[in-house]
Amino acid sequence: MKIQQLSVFCENRPGHLSEPIRLLAQAGIDLRALTLADTQKFGILRLITRDWQRAKELLEAAGSVVKVTEVIAVEVPDRPGGLAEVLQRLDGSGINIEYMYAFPYVRGERAVLVFRFDDTDGAIRRLTEGGIRVLELTELDGF
Amino acid sequence: MNDSGKTASPHFHPASAPDFLPRHVLESLQTQRLQETLHRVWSRVPAFREKMSAARAEPGAIRGLADLPNLPFTTKADLRDSYPFGLFASPMEEIVRLHASSGTTGKPVVVAYTREDLSLWTSVMMRSLAMAGVHAGDIVQNAYGYGLFTGGLGAHYGAESLGATVIPISGGNTDRQILVMKDFGVTVICCTPSYFLHVIERAAQMGISLRELPLRIGIFGAEPWTEAMRTRIQRLTGIRAFDMYGLSEIIGPGVGMECEYRNGLHIFEDHFYPEIIDPETGGPVEPGQEGELVLTTLTKRAMPMIRYRTRDITALIPEPCPCGRTLRRIRRIGRRSDDMLIIRGVNVFPSQVEAALLEVEHTLPHYQIVLTRDRGLDQMEVQVEVTPETFSDRVSALEELGGKIEEALERVIGLRVQVTLVEPNTIARSEGKARRVIDRRSAV
Repeated sequence: MKIQQLSVFCENRPGHLSEPIRLLAQAGIDLRALTLADTQKFGILRLITRDWQRAKELLEAAGSVVKVTEVIAVEVPDRPGGLAEVLQRLDGSGINIEYMYAFPYVRGERAVLVFRFDDTDGAIRRLTEGGIRVLELTELDGF
Repeated sequence: MNDSGKTASPHFHPASAPDFLPRHVLESLQTQRLQETLHRVWSRVPAFREKMSAARAEPGAIRGLADLPNLPFTTKADLRDSYPFGLFASPMEEIVRLHASSGTTGKPVVVAYTREDLSLWTSVMMRSLAMAGVHAGDIVQNAYGYGLFTGGLGAHYGAESLGATVIPISGGNTDRQILVMKDFGVTVICCTPSYFLHVIERAAQMGISLRELPLRIGIFGAEPWTEAMRTRIQRLTGIRAFDMYGLSEIIGPGVGMECEYRNGLHIFEDHFYPEIIDPETGGPVEPGQEGELVLTTLTKRAMPMIRYRTRDITALIPEPCPCGRTLRRIRRIGRRSDDMLIIRGVNVFPSQVEAALLEVEHTLPHYQIVLTRDRGLDQMEVQVEVTPETFSDRVSALEELGGKIEEALERVIGLRVQVTLVEPNTIARSEGKARRVIDRRSAV
């Protein structure tokens, strides 16, 4: 249920984001999700792919610093309140969201939310008990 | 006005007379004083005697200035090795003052003065200030630091002996500096050029226009600065900015000074003999060519220096100066040949940066120091390569890392430094070693 997300350090300068993306594209690696957290000085490129081990090797061989982090993906209805329903399950649990990002389901009314929690196992338990479906990496392929 | 008219100008202070000695008189004085100095160190300083013996350059073998290159160099390492008093040529009964300069790893370089040395120092500082046009009646705000650093007391006694009124305010407390400057009618400021730029900015924030004050002369030294900085200072304040050169190993401030033409610094050659050498080979350079400045003291008693390698890169200007002084000039110092960086008047060594990085990261990452000048003020940036150990997927963790490094650097070197995290392998490595310092200050 945990998904391996790759994080790549990028300097906040023109061209520094396109480099790793091009590298992965040339290797035919299909990205399921991609987001950039940026500050004035640097950025962290976060990406999800089924081929994460090969992607990591390629990026590291090209000199990037890559970190593998376990995140959780959940599926919610793509309508107002969808996110609120998920977050409600964590109320009072003391589990913190380090960061999150979302992407819409290509074919319609559903969206996928990706979370990085400070307590991944605890979050999975809470969400599952609350009736929220936590997705497997392979399930993301359908989106 | 012709040249002889200039030398006869009533503006010249009597203390400046040795500035105008005919070259042949000056050179015979230098020759005689060199002999005296060599005999002094030979008989009184075992370390010098050993080095001279090894080089087969006993005093008798050095007949004139032309033989000077046969003498061994003295380096900063020799001073450290003899810490604290090993190179003194006078007994402590005759030494009346000690100063010290900052060192890399705790051990400073200690320098000593007899009463005669102090009056020599005062005389060259008088000549320096007089060269810039300072005279009795001037109110001199001396914002060089007082203490172990030679800047404060050197400028202090020179200005006082010239008959100027000295305000011994020392460094720091910029708001008070500006109030004193305004309320006391200060006409001359002595400080580092980068500090004066800070004063200018702060005065503007306080709504005080330095242009409208009686301030007319700035005596700036203790760090390399550029013509662009001079232009900026003069444009913003209307004062005349002068470059002063000195180093505590030789005497402190007062080794060289710009005259009214401000085209190179006259070296007080009757006391400090300059040579320019190739820093790689140690041999002399062609006349007028750039190299490392080497100085020999000709009159110092407590701590004479024989062919001291200053690490400052400059050139001797072959042409005589239109001011009429016969003292030769060196070009303004733009850089040093060793690894010490002078940032806003503070000595910084890459080794200190390494110590701070080690403290935070426990291993030494690849890093680079980038120096720039923003509106005349030195800026230091430390670029640090992110490693798999330090990298995190969380923004806050990386920001915290940068902040911790900044704090450690400030603690170690005493300056606020900007830290930038960069991608691995982005810092150029040559022959396996990284180029640690990129100095872009002279490009401004």
